[in-house]
Order: sequence, then structure tokens, then C-alpha cells
Amino acid sequence: MPFEIPIPTLTQLVFLVIALFTAFCGLMVVLSRNLFHNALFLVGALFGVAANYVLLEAEFLAVSQVLVYIGAIATLIAFAIMLTRGMMYGRTSPMNHVSGKAALGALVFFLALLSFVRTVPWPADAQSVNANEGMIASLGNLFATTYVTAFEVVGLLLLVALVGAVMLARDQ
Amino acid sequence: MVPLDWYLVLAAFLFSCGLFGALARRNAIAVLMSIELMLNAANINLVAFWRYGNTVGDLAGQVFAVFIIAVAAAEAAVGLALIIAVYRKRKTVNVEELDLLAG
Repeated sequence: MPFEIPIPTLTQLVFLVIALFTAFCGLMVVLSRNLFHNALFLVGALFGVAANYVLLEAEFLAVSQVLVYIGAIATLIAFAIMLTRGMMYGRTSPMNHVSGKAALGALVFFLALLSFVRTVPWPADAQSVNANEGMIASLGNLFATTYVTAFEVVGLLLLVALVGAVMLARDQ
Repeated sequence: MVPLDWYLVLAAFLFSCGLFGALARRNAIAVLMSIELMLNAANINLVAFWRYGNTVGDLAGQVFAVFIIAVAAAEAAVGLALIIAVYRKRKTVNVEELDLLAG
């Protein structure tokens, strides 16, 4: 299957590099002992996911991923680490007492997913995306027509969540 | 072209990492980071299935992914605010010591 046509092989190579980077960062998010390193690896993993979106020709999603996750959520996590630090360093293991069972469960879950993925005959080739149609424009159209209710509800959810977050974190 | 199952394996691996972290980490912020990892794995699956599906023109997978990103942002904001509020009261973010409701 690989080494058939040069250009697809290049795409596959790019995917493999991105996937290895993403997987390594994702693993280090949960394994690294230093909480701040966890956050930095999370940024790396989120960036790898954004690169995957580019490979999947979902450029708008890639940009929103970088803006929302790396720009906002990672910064928020860094602030939360700085506001709550000093409790967890060096003293004990970063894992709790069920970590062995959790590792076993996660491994079994991964192997189950893997065997499921391998049994189903997935389509090998993607459909061609009509590039000159303007994907972002049609995405905006969908948000304003078909998915307008969900869009409004998500906007309301964000508003309520942010007001609630301010209320919760406020110094009483 | 990259086969669809490569993306699915990557997403499964990321999800399993997040699952392990959410169950096994002591620090509540690390648990929250693991949850973000799981949401991202689900998003990879959504976009990959959209890209390789029969209805690539109707963009439903991308719309779903955008909604998940928005909900994840809300979840992160509320979760971190809760962690900061708990830290202010109990001076810890260790989830093993947060046993207020454990009888």
C-alpha cells in the first residue's frame, strides 16, 4: 500500500510525523511529573491536532483550534497552575492509588478500540473537497441556517459558563 | 492519501491517554487537561469521518467539531474556576483529598 505513488506517500509521511509528535505529547501530558510541563505538552498535543485538521482539509477548524485551545484554554490552564501551585511538587507521585488499575483499563480500552478499527473495512480514499466552493462561507451559512438553534444555544452556554466561572472564582 | 484508520488509531491512542490521566492523576488541573485531550481525540474522529464519508459537501462533521470546541472552552472555564474556588477553601487541588461528599 505505501510506496505506490510519490505524492500520497509524502502525505502519509507527513501524517506519521505529526501523529508521532501528537501521540508523544499526549502521552507526556499524563506521564510527566511537573504540572507545568504537562501544560506545555498539552499545547504541543493541541498543536498536533490542529496540524491533523490541516491534513484533513479543515483549515477553519485548525485556525479555531489554535485560537481557542492554545490561545485561550492553555493560557487559562497556565494561570490556574500558577494560582494553585506549591502543593504538588516533588513530594509524592503525581498518580493516585488507583493508577495501576487506571493504566490497565486505559490499555484494555485502547486495544479494544484498535481491534474494532482493524475489523471494519474503512474507505481508503477521501472524497474530493471542492476547494473553490468556499468552505468557510458554506460553514457560516450552515451556522446561520440549518444549525442556527444549536449555534444560539452554544452561544448562550458560553455566556452562562463564563459568567458562572467568574462567580465561582470570585474572591468573596 | 492517508487511510482513515490511521486517524482512528491516533484518536484512540489520544483518548486512552486522556482516559488514563483523568482516572490516575492526583492534581485536579491535570485531570482537566486529560479531559481536554479526550475531547480533542473525539474531534479528530469527527473531522476524519466527515472527510472520508459520503457527504463531504454538507460539512456536518466540521460543524460538530466547532460545537465541541465551544463546549470544551466552557467546560475548561467552569472547571478551572471550580478548582480555584476549591483551592481557596481547602488549600489543595489533590482530588484524593477532596472528599467533602464522601459521607
